[in-house]
Amino acid sequence: MKKNDLFLIGGIIVFVFVAFLLLLIFRTEGSKVLITIDGKEHKTFNINEDTTYNILLDNGEWNILEIKDGYVKMLDASCPDKLCVKHNKIRYNTESITCLPNGVDIRVIGGEESDLDAIAK
Amino acid sequence: MNSKKIASYGLFIALAFIFSYIESLIPIPFPVPGIKLGLANLVVIIAIYGIGLKEAFVLSMVRILLVGFTFRDPSTLIFSFAGGLLSWLTMAIFKKLKLFSMVGVSILGGIAHNIGQIIVAIMYVNNTSLIYYLPLLMISGVVSGTLIGILGALILKRLNKFLD
Ligand SMILES: [Zn+2]
Repeated sequence: MKKNDLFLIGGIIVFVFVAFLLLLIFRTEGSKVLITIDGKEHKTFNINEDTTYNILLDNGEWNILEIKDGYVKMLDASCPDKLCVKHNKIRYNTESITCLPNGVDIRVIGGEESDLDAIAK
Repeated sequence: MNSKKIASYGLFIALAFIFSYIESLIPIPFPVPGIKLGLANLVVIIAIYGIGLKEAFVLSMVRILLVGFTFRDPSTLIFSFAGGLLSWLTMAIFKKLKLFSMVGVSILGGIAHNIGQIIVAIMYVNNTSLIYYLPLLMISGVVSGTLIGILGALILKRLNKFLD
């Protein structure tokens, strides 16, 4: 192992630490839940209205999504890996749960109005 | 290509195949298929240092094809190829630059692997927010990259007798 290897490891750890910190500081709670299928908009929900929704694809595959207490999670899915079902529930702006086998993506959007937006109005 | 080279190709592909199988048994809580601990990368980096860059590239692509059709859904091949290609390219460049030892090169290769797959995933579901997974994957890249680099150097020392 060279000295440069240690600098590299140290540099990456600092970068990751700063990135996590920035994400934590600037994260805002979302207001809407956007579902896309193969990158195309499918449906939008209000994150504060509890509901369960079955995303049914033309090829017979499906994902069941639950919005409850301001959180979104994937209850069940027909995909082989079930990674989307294992994903933690989400609530913050830009967080997403992706089911790649089915091409389904659920993301939280429309964070609270910032002070700047309020002034602009 | 002499018979010894063909034999070492066979040996390396078999090793990569076994590592990929072991990895397929370990679940990783990340939505991109093919993002793994990088055990298979161990074989690729040994090949880079032990046989040559071109040979390592062929090995990496053959491994992805074999594994894609055996343990995974072939539709995930594009993710594996993007990761494998970017990882090989990064390791080849940094090996030439001689800035780092095998440890540094394997860390960078591991991170490049994940970046390649995230790029494909972003295009696939049209969601740039997937980039936020990167810091987490960089940490796993450092841990597994360090282990693989150290292990690779040890194995290479012993293999060199056979390869020469
Ligand atoms: Zn899924």
